[in-house]
Amino acid sequence: MPHDHHDHLSPSGHPYRADDDTPLSYWQTMEIAVRELLVEKDITTAEEINAQIDAMDARSPAIGAAVVARAWCDPEFKIRLLADASAASREMGFDIGPMHLIALENTANTHNIVVCTLCSCYPRNLLGLPPDWYKSRAYRSRAVVEPRKVLSEFGLTLPDEMQVRVHDSTADMRYIVVPAQPEGSFGQTEEELAAWITRDSMIGVGLPQAPQ
Amino acid sequence: MGTPALANEPLAVGTSVRIRTLMPPGHVRAPVYLRGKTGTIERAIAPFKNPEQLAYGLPAKEHMLYRVRFRAGDVWDKNAENPDDMIEAEIYAHWIEKMDQSHAA
Repeated sequence: MPHDHHDHLSPSGHPYRADDDTPLSYWQTMEIAVRELLVEKDITTAEEINAQIDAMDARSPAIGAAVVARAWCDPEFKIRLLADASAASREMGFDIGPMHLIALENTANTHNIVVCTLCSCYPRNLLGLPPDWYKSRAYRSRAVVEPRKVLSEFGLTLPDEMQVRVHDSTADMRYIVVPAQPEGSFGQTEEELAAWITRDSMIGVGLPQAPQ
Repeated sequence: MGTPALANEPLAVGTSVRIRTLMPPGHVRAPVYLRGKTGTIERAIAPFKNPEQLAYGLPAKEHMLYRVRFRAGDVWDKNAENPDDMIEAEIYAHWIEKMDQSHAA
C-alpha cells in the first residue's frame, strides 16, 4: 500500500520535488484573484490568512491521541465520546470548529477503518492534515472493496472471526477510530498512553504501538 | 422496488432500505457503488442542507442524513473478501427507499 515512500532521493538524501515551472491552473488563478480582492477591500488581511494557515499546520494527531487516551482512562468519558464525539472533544478544550465527529470503538471482535471514497474527508481538527496515501485513488477505491488486503499491506492481518467495518465518510460526518488499549500499556498515565496512539491507529489502518 | 423515504417520519434503526439508482450529474454524495444496494439504517444523524444544491450556491433544502450499514456480501456479491464484513456510509433521505415488507430480510 502506498505508505509515505520516497522512491527518488537527491544525492543529499532529500526527496525530489519537481519545480513548479507550470502555468497556474484556472482555480489557482481564481484563488489568488479572490484572496487579493478580499485583502484590497479590507475584508481580511494577509496576516489573518497566514495565521489561519499556521493554525491548520499546528493541528496534529497528538490532539486525537489525547482524546483516545482519555477514553482509555475514563470509562465515563468513553461513553460520552461514543455518544457524541464532537461534544466530548470540546469538553477537553479542543477547538474542533463546526466538525461533526463520530468515534468508532474497536473491540475484541470488531475492527473499524475509515476512508472517504468520494474525496478526502478527514478529521483535520483532531488529526491534522491527511497523509498522502489517504487521498490516493488506490486507498479510496480499495479500502471498501478489499479492506483486509489493504490492512495486510499496512502490516495488520486480522483473523477471519474479527468483523471489519469500513466507514465511508460520504457526507457531513468525520470519523476517529478508538483503538483497543494494548495489554502492555495498562497502568500507565493518560499522558504516557497518548504516546502509544498513532495517527494510523485512529484511521484504523494500524494498532497502537509502544513508544520507541 | 420500495417507497422513497422522503416522508417526514424518520426511519427507525434497523429499517431495511435500498439506495436509489438515479444517475444525476453534479455534487452527489451517494457513492455509485452503493446505488441499488440494500442495507439497514444504523442511525439517524440530523437534518443537513442538501450538498447537491449547496455546492452550487443554490438555496438548499434540509434532508435527514442517515448512516446506512451494508453487508460486504450484499455490496460485492461473490467478490466480497468476507461477506460478513460491513460497509457503513452516510446517505441523505432523498437517496433512500424503504424496502417493502415482502423484500425485507
